[in-house]
Amino acid sequence: MQVTFWGTRGSLPTPLNGKAVRRKIVNALVKGAGHGLDTPEKAEAFCAEELSFAEAGAYGGNTSCVQVDLGSPEYFLCDLGSGAREFALSMMGKHGPGKPQTYHVLMSHVHWDHIMGFPFFIPGFIPGNRIKLYSCHPKLEQAIRGQNHDPCFPVEFSMLAASIEFIALEPGKTYEICGAKVTGRLQLHGNDSYGYRIEKDGKTFVYSTDAEHKPEDVAEMEGTAAFFKDADLVVFDAMYSLADSVSVKEDWGHSSNMLGVDLCQMAAAKRLCLFHHEPVYGDDQIDGILAETIRYEEITRSGEPVAIYAAYDGLVIEI
Amino acid sequence: MNCSAKTVGGAALATVSGRIDLSNAEALREALAAALASTETVLVVDLSGVDYISSAGLRSLMIVFKAAKPLNKAFAIAGLQPLLMEIFTISRFNLVFPLFDTVRGALEKFAPAALPEFDAH
Repeated sequence: MQVTFWGTRGSLPTPLNGKAVRRKIVNALVKGAGHGLDTPEKAEAFCAEELSFAEAGAYGGNTSCVQVDLGSPEYFLCDLGSGAREFALSMMGKHGPGKPQTYHVLMSHVHWDHIMGFPFFIPGFIPGNRIKLYSCHPKLEQAIRGQNHDPCFPVEFSMLAASIEFIALEPGKTYEICGAKVTGRLQLHGNDSYGYRIEKDGKTFVYSTDAEHKPEDVAEMEGTAAFFKDADLVVFDAMYSLADSVSVKEDWGHSSNMLGVDLCQMAAAKRLCLFHHEPVYGDDQIDGILAETIRYEEITRSGEPVAIYAAYDGLVIEI
Repeated sequence: MNCSAKTVGGAALATVSGRIDLSNAEALREALAAALASTETVLVVDLSGVDYISSAGLRSLMIVFKAAKPLNKAFAIAGLQPLLMEIFTISRFNLVFPLFDTVRGALEKFAPAALPEFDAH
């Protein structure tokens, strides 16, 4: 199973602006001075070896879209945030418009940042493609159709040439989708959201974004840990600091890096990927949060270690 | 986890020791709420004897901190060990709670009138 992140930012797309790019260039030039970086190869090696991720790259600004390669010729995605456009472009590059494909898409909920990629999802315009949209959320079809509708978008849903199906799932029931077992779970979030546990060939991937957890609620914490149990990878909503999530941003529907660690440790999960990054965070801040989360996992560890990642647009994790 | 409380010169001092986690966070919240009710000035929570605090424990501190505000009572934390200070920093609670190296430092700030009695003990 391979997981590819096409969009990782929370709430709204957050492009890197010119000022931030300039800051990275200036920093790299200063650090590279005297290193004889007179070829692209030397410069590449310097970036890889001497600069941090935030200095040499970017976490990226597209909203939620995660691809899960289940070893099937059909495609499997979680959510259709703005990252879905990047995924769609890669599909056009790979297959072109002439070869119809099937796309299975599991939708966590229908807030704008999780559906905004659909109007620009090129496969939807191409006859012969099949797009199967699954969700426990009862308003998925209403939200998708409403987005492709006057006055929000000029292309009506009815004009899309692909075959598009809406498939309602029930939380707690296990379904076979694209050869994997998929189980949904209701999460605490305004207008509701659903996490999904995806299992295939002995590997387990959990997609759990837009979810608030109450650290004092033993039943909720244990229920979530059971849902994460022994997962090979948990993608987790770590939008806020713990302090924010239990004070000024309590009941805003998002969680923290620390609760991600707590829950993955309770669940004996192998990997935790911090996801749905706060839009106000710059790359260096996310770098810092990743380092702190790794440290927090170390100092609270009582069993096997949990590997910590911070999701970025383009990250690929093999599990 | 153990929590004992007393008042000194009108200030409430709660001394906590051991490990604060999901299993005792609610008991801590109740003990601190009672300590808060016993003062009109400040509740100082001495965590110098605490070697671990979980997110549930931090939330308990937050609840009491929030309860103190509308009552015009101060809430302070004293004596964090380096490991606890790391957890407070990672969680960003270091930006929320007034933190002091010592209980005396917290009293100097919020209840100087309590210092003579505190120093006499």
